[in-house]
Amino acid sequence: MIDNSCIAGDRSNPFLPEMMRIVRRFDLTSDVRFFQVRPTEASRALTLYYKPGTFMMVSNPGVGEAPLSISSTPSRPGLIEFCVRNVGHVTNSLFRMKENDEIGIRGPYGNGFPIETLKGRDLIIVMGGLGAAPLRSLLLYALDNRDDFGEIYLLHGAKNPHEMLFRKEFYDMMERDDLHCMLSVDKDDTGKWPAKVGLVTSLFKEIKHIDPKTTHAAICGPPVMYRFVLQELLKLKIPKHQILMNLERRMKCGVGKCGHCVVREVYTCLDGPVFSYWDVLNMKELIY
Amino acid sequence: MRILKLKKKDLKKFLESISSFGELWAPVKKGNRWAFQPTAPDNIDLDAGRTILPLKKFMVPQKFTMFKYNKEGYTPELSNIPSRIVFGAHPCDIAGLNILDKLFTENFPDPYYIERRKKTAIIGLSCLPDEFCFCNETGTDTVEEGFDLFLSETGTDFYLVWIGSSLGDDLMRMAENLFSEDIAFEDIQKFTNWKKERAKKFKVNIDLTGMPSIFELSLNSKIWDKIGERCLACGSCSMVCPTCNCYDVKDTVELRECKGERNRCWDSCTLHEYSLVAGGHNFRANRSDRLRLWYTHKLESFIGAYGKPSCVGCGRCLVTCPVDINAYTLAKTLREEEVFFK
Ligand SMILES: Cc1cc2nc3c(=O)[nH]c(=O)nc-3n(C[C@H](O)[C@H](O)[C@H](O)COP(=O)(O)OP(=O)(O)OC[C@H]3O[C@@H](n4cnc5c(N)ncnc54)[C@H](O)[C@@H]3O)c2cc1C
Ligand code: SF4
Ligand code: SF4
Ligand code: FES
Repeated sequence: MIDNSCIAGDRSNPFLPEMMRIVRRFDLTSDVRFFQVRPTEASRALTLYYKPGTFMMVSNPGVGEAPLSISSTPSRPGLIEFCVRNVGHVTNSLFRMKENDEIGIRGPYGNGFPIETLKGRDLIIVMGGLGAAPLRSLLLYALDNRDDFGEIYLLHGAKNPHEMLFRKEFYDMMERDDLHCMLSVDKDDTGKWPAKVGLVTSLFKEIKHIDPKTTHAAICGPPVMYRFVLQELLKLKIPKHQILMNLERRMKCGVGKCGHCVVREVYTCLDGPVFSYWDVLNMKELIY
Repeated sequence: MRILKLKKKDLKKFLESISSFGELWAPVKKGNRWAFQPTAPDNIDLDAGRTILPLKKFMVPQKFTMFKYNKEGYTPELSNIPSRIVFGAHPCDIAGLNILDKLFTENFPDPYYIERRKKTAIIGLSCLPDEFCFCNETGTDTVEEGFDLFLSETGTDFYLVWIGSSLGDDLMRMAENLFSEDIAFEDIQKFTNWKKERAKKFKVNIDLTGMPSIFELSLNSKIWDKIGERCLACGSCSMVCPTCNCYDVKDTVELRECKGERNRCWDSCTLHEYSLVAGGHNFRANRSDRLRLWYTHKLESFIGAYGKPSCVGCGRCLVTCPVDINAYTLAKTLREEEVFFK
């Protein structure tokens, strides 16, 4: 069960946001911005725990609230990080906010990745576009607890180098010998791209040292990515219930009340946003 | 549960003696329909049929303020929730509340719902079905819980009164002398006879057994397209259904000031914007998909999660939908017992 002491906001009112201060922000791509926030009450910073793959409801007073994946890792406590794509009302207003401004936060919500199950396993993390936001949390967590995991593969695809979230951070990871960091762009319009050019699916043939029975995969990206990536993972013989996907639905509450994220009897906000491919096959409407 | 007797002629006196608890709301006739309204005990229609809106309006108002905010942060608005007595709640509607109780009080309890639920005394009243009621099929023609007091007709000059909560007991004690405990064998007989007569009066013939499998099998049925073409996406079905609980959240700002409100208002999954996600991708762009969600939620999904349908057989969708999309026509069509959508 959820341990309430870690939850941001008033415990007796799950809708009440707690104010947090923006400490850093910069652009990741032309329309995605990175935000680092810290609870205004310093003592809260260290008690705020979350699992990779969970999300927070982020409020800008007077504008509204939006669910955002946590992009940081609980293994580096004190700060929470988000990647925000400017698509509408709330996200646009966040782009107008500066360092030291305050935003409201409540959460974490959702099931997150089954960290305990993943321990001792090989991991294949496949990200595209904004899918990097939740999966970076898992990746950093695994790297910070490196001995708990087997082989780790990171496959990250983008349209072009400018569109790749955290490209600098991931370039640096290509140097690591405890991680297979494989980056690709569909097209290199800079002429300076140091990694692969091609679709993210073309990276799969380089995955070699895994035992599919003890491998878990985690995918998050734009809807078009799923079909092709799933085919590749099935070719590798990864069991369907070991393929994890982070799904997106409209959410107004994050706590199983507003009904917006419901798919048949599943509340994406409580039972998800992480589902296995097996769940998805059994729930015809989970994707598309 | 304790059961007492109350003379019908003493009902008015009883309602007057508990008025200090809060404002009395009861079904009042509006044209040819009924609505829960603040009223004096004299104006209550004891033979009222289904009210236009169910009891959810007391626990989750159509629109209310969750927070006020200013530069310092958010402050919850929980202090001005009024105490009320809601008299004349029918069993199906109380069953609807019991379903909302699960949704709102389990997993991250909703303080707004809980506070209103606590401050609203529910006094149930038995009723007779009209041609649209089918609570007998959903197992909600009687309720065991969810009320503070429940008055049942006996076909004679007294009600049998169930005390369902400690608040109900307190209310009863405010006019204890009106109640009596001596219930004779004949009284029980009169009551069971009345129940038997009532059971004969149901006219809707709808079979809800095995609904989850039927939904699973007809997920890709053309019926959903046909229904989708008909639906006007007006949202009325969600407004009137006792167990529809979806809501939207909107912030308001006071002009040129850093303060305002966060409000919650009813929403319906039959409306277009409901499932839109970033980039304009709509998971349920078609009305047919949205209606499938609505009715799977009523007739199938809840059975999976809680072992019974979240439809309580109140018949409101039957009398409300302008194009006859409702629990009855849908169940009949999916069971292939009758074709409603050509
Ligand atoms: C679990 C989860 C995690 C998410 N993580 C991130 C993240 O890390 N970074 C990020 O930038 N975005 C993320 N999103 C999407 C983000 O929540 C929406 O983009 C945001 O709510 C849009 O709000 P808005 O007010 O800016 O847009 P609006 O003005 O409300 O609408 C603009 C567009 O966004 C769509 N939209 C509205 N609400 C949502 C919603 N809740 N989800 C998806 N689309 C919506 C609208 O249909 C419209 O097309 C996540 C969503 C979920 C459910
Ligand atoms: S689905 Fe129709 S009959 Fe069933 S509870 Fe809702 S409004 Fe009443
Ligand atoms: S099903 Fe009927 S009541 Fe519901 S939205 Fe469609 S037309 Fe309106
Ligand atoms: S987001 Fe409100 S129910 Fe899931």
